[in-house]
Amino acid sequence: MQDPSNGPLATQATSSFTEHLQRSRPELLPFSQALPAGTVPSSPHATTIVALTFAGGVLMAGDRRATMGNVIASRHIEKVFPADEFSVLGIAGTAGLAIDITRLFQVELEHYEKIEGTLLSLVGKANRLGAMIRGNLPMAMQGMAVIPLFAGFDHVSGVGRLFSYDVTGGRYEEQEHHSVGSGSVFARGALKKLWRPNLSEEDAVAVAVEALYDAADDDSATGGPDPVRQLWPVVYTVNRAGNRRIPERDLAAIAGAIVESRAIAGREA
Amino acid sequence: MTQQFYVSPEQLMKDRADFARKGIARGRSVVVISCADGIALIAENPSPSLHKIGEIYDKIAFAAVGKYNEFESLRQAGVRYADVRGYSYDREDVTARGLASVYAQSLGAVFTAEQKPFEVELAVAEVGPAQEQDHLYRLTFDGSIADENGFVVMGGLADQISDVVRGAWESELTLAGAMRLALRALAADKEVEALPATAVEAAVLYRASESHRGSRRAFRRLLPEDMTRLLNEEA
Repeated sequence: MQDPSNGPLATQATSSFTEHLQRSRPELLPFSQALPAGTVPSSPHATTIVALTFAGGVLMAGDRRATMGNVIASRHIEKVFPADEFSVLGIAGTAGLAIDITRLFQVELEHYEKIEGTLLSLVGKANRLGAMIRGNLPMAMQGMAVIPLFAGFDHVSGVGRLFSYDVTGGRYEEQEHHSVGSGSVFARGALKKLWRPNLSEEDAVAVAVEALYDAADDDSATGGPDPVRQLWPVVYTVNRAGNRRIPERDLAAIAGAIVESRAIAGREA
Repeated sequence: MTQQFYVSPEQLMKDRADFARKGIARGRSVVVISCADGIALIAENPSPSLHKIGEIYDKIAFAAVGKYNEFESLRQAGVRYADVRGYSYDREDVTARGLASVYAQSLGAVFTAEQKPFEVELAVAEVGPAQEQDHLYRLTFDGSIADENGFVVMGGLADQISDVVRGAWESELTLAGAMRLALRALAADKEVEALPATAVEAAVLYRASESHRGSRRAFRRLLPEDMTRLLNEEA
């Protein structure tokens, strides 16, 4: 703990947890290491995330697969997380770093809320995440990129908003829907056909699951619904009341209905 | 040339303690009560924005009396300590006992080494899954730490207020019951029977917040309208 009586207050007055770590415990930051030359051994990579807006909110969904080269590293990984009560983030890229950056981001938002006694604005949160991704740029240059997707409910404008990032920390606001990760090309194609304005929450969940199904159909690094192990995508919705994880039971029914409708059609997808 | 007079260590410590006590005695009081539904924290505080009660971590809250700038810097240091610990180990590894002992060390060091001691008194509360697992620690300006049972009263009229709370406290109190008791106790030196809900700052650490409220963060600030609703509900 810092001794509050030491030093001028200005040097300690930060509401940012990341800044505090940079000053006092830099070794705890996921992206502060200076790497030696050489190639990094292959490590698990997280794949496809989709996000879309619906009437009164925004939704994010991720498949459950992590890959390491040609091997499936995990069938159970979760890549969509609540960032705080009114926002969620999904991650694609190097899983080990991405999960730590997520954890740091969650603490960052909660820390600000506790120190300041108020929530950060949605754009403020999105900018903080961008700064963290920029902090990870040296690691990205070693092949360990992390690409998040951020979504939340904006209380000022009363709508759900979506933000995508590039590897340099650039933040871009997206309209309607977006997708990141290895299967994102296929998921985006599906979203363009399936998404309509003013979707209900239920329909939005079905659209997201179907987009991930299409991504898994063509991308080997994206996992489809797995009825053998009872694994379904992780889906979070955010609206005025906060975020909510869609229960497994509902997802099983939705995924079942999609597989069934495709089987009845009996076409080449 | 100035002459250095000898002052005995006893006298020096006594002077410092008297100084800190005087500062604290001027302030309005805070009551922390463990009850069946969780832990209620109530402070007599006319300001709606300069808080005396704060959230530290999932199950841990902070309450203070004394000089605002001093306890606010201690609160922020506590939040930093808890967040760093929870981030580097795990959320479960942040405990009120650990936090209280760090506070005790900081306060003790300032009391002996600095120009002037902190004019503050702190309470660190941790809500447990059952009432027997609740922890209430009281920390004084010199770094003394006490593990309290059931309730903590701090501030100017601590003795008078604790008499009222001690007389009526029981472990089966509901949240509304605990709030009512605190409002009555805080009015100990006033003409009125109990303080109005608008004159206090109140917060609660809910027991079993995961199952009842869907969040691991047990702390919730109660606005005056929440207080009025709570007090009318079970009246």
